[in-house]
Amino acid sequence: MDTSFLRPNPSSGVPIYLQLIEQVKHAIETGALRAGEQLPGIRPLAERLVINPNTVAKAYRELEHEGVIELRHGAGAFVSADRRPRQLTNTMRAGQAIVAATVERLRARGLGEDEIRRLFEAQLAGLPRKGERSA
Amino acid sequence: MPEPIIETVALRKTYGDVEALRGLTLQVQAGSICGFLGRNGAGKTTTLKILLGMMRPTSGEARVFGRRADDSTASVEIRRDVAFVGEDKPLFDYMTVSEMVRFTAAFYPRWRRDLERHYLGIFGLSPAVKVKTLSRGMRTGLAVLLALCRDARLLILDEPTSGLDPAVSEQVLQALVSHVASAEMTVFFSSHHIAEVEQIADRVVMIDRGRATVAAALDDLREQYRRIRFVFDDDAPAVPVFRAEGVERVSRDGRVLTVLASGGAERIVEEARPLGPVSIDVIPVSLKEIFLESSGVEG
Repeated sequence: MDTSFLRPNPSSGVPIYLQLIEQVKHAIETGALRAGEQLPGIRPLAERLVINPNTVAKAYRELEHEGVIELRHGAGAFVSADRRPRQLTNTMRAGQAIVAATVERLRARGLGEDEIRRLFEAQLAGLPRKGERSA
Repeated sequence: MPEPIIETVALRKTYGDVEALRGLTLQVQAGSICGFLGRNGAGKTTTLKILLGMMRPTSGEARVFGRRADDSTASVEIRRDVAFVGEDKPLFDYMTVSEMVRFTAAFYPRWRRDLERHYLGIFGLSPAVKVKTLSRGMRTGLAVLLALCRDARLLILDEPTSGLDPAVSEQVLQALVSHVASAEMTVFFSSHHIAEVEQIADRVVMIDRGRATVAAALDDLREQYRRIRFVFDDDAPAVPVFRAEGVERVSRDGRVLTVLASGGAERIVEEARPLGPVSIDVIPVSLKEIFLESSGVEG
């Protein structure tokens, strides 16, 4: 079972369980994980990633709570049936292409990874841009 | 809340005129992997020795499985269910790996033969080889094997990956994670390798000069601690006195005002907005930075 899309960074400052949740959702949204596909069990995944099993359990519980996966007792964790329209997956794929192109353009202007990340985060958070006075 | 597996209350230990522990209070819950961080001389080893009944506190309480660690009878019973891997890793050098394992297994009725085979393989331990010829990594592997196979409820480790190469370190961490996932076990380990603590611990206790400075779930620290940078057009204003809680440290350098917050970042941002910064960055803080801050090291 390929789990190469699960790559939490324990030192990033973001809780590992949140990273796992995002990575699973991202894999589903881009089609890397499909409806009905099985995810590794909590223990094997914790062993494979060498992280705390409670962390995996927390991520799985939250994903189940959000309806993203189903935990079938004794059988394992499975990606939920695709209730969202196919169009949304295509939109995510198109979005991925836009982001990739934008990141390349910013890199061509000499911006580094951290700077690019901060620009996106600031944009999403609605913070004042450099040069503007805050309201 | 169920009874903690480890609990200390206002624990004090004095050697002569050295106060090693000055009122240490901490709890470790069942099933937790708890990292114990502290500078050398902060009191980590003293704490572990008291928990293992190797040393008596000067005052205060230390309990394991709800029983007093300084009570001789209780301590013997506690130690049946506790496995300890210390820095020395005392092993009998003249024995072979197999003899060492059999010798230890004899003391523990619940010895896990299945795990024994598994870890001999993982750590590359040949049964016929003499312990004294083992490399450091293999020695640690053997010590970890002996600790895990006895099926203890609590595993206490003192710097388990000290001096190990990254591959063996990862194997040790993996063994701990795997065991906690499959058995009812609690892990309490001291370490200087902060990245490893970030990797496998769900809880962290930091000790500085004999007292606990931070005791929290790792995820809470990640969600609460923030570094907030306010950049101004001209020289940053004089360091304000914040009403909002959670301000650990404020520093001022040219046009930048930096606040290290242990919580309540949004309120701190709102309070500082009227100062008129041109940009505000709210950045996560690594466990290393939290540790350095809590042990009084200027970052």
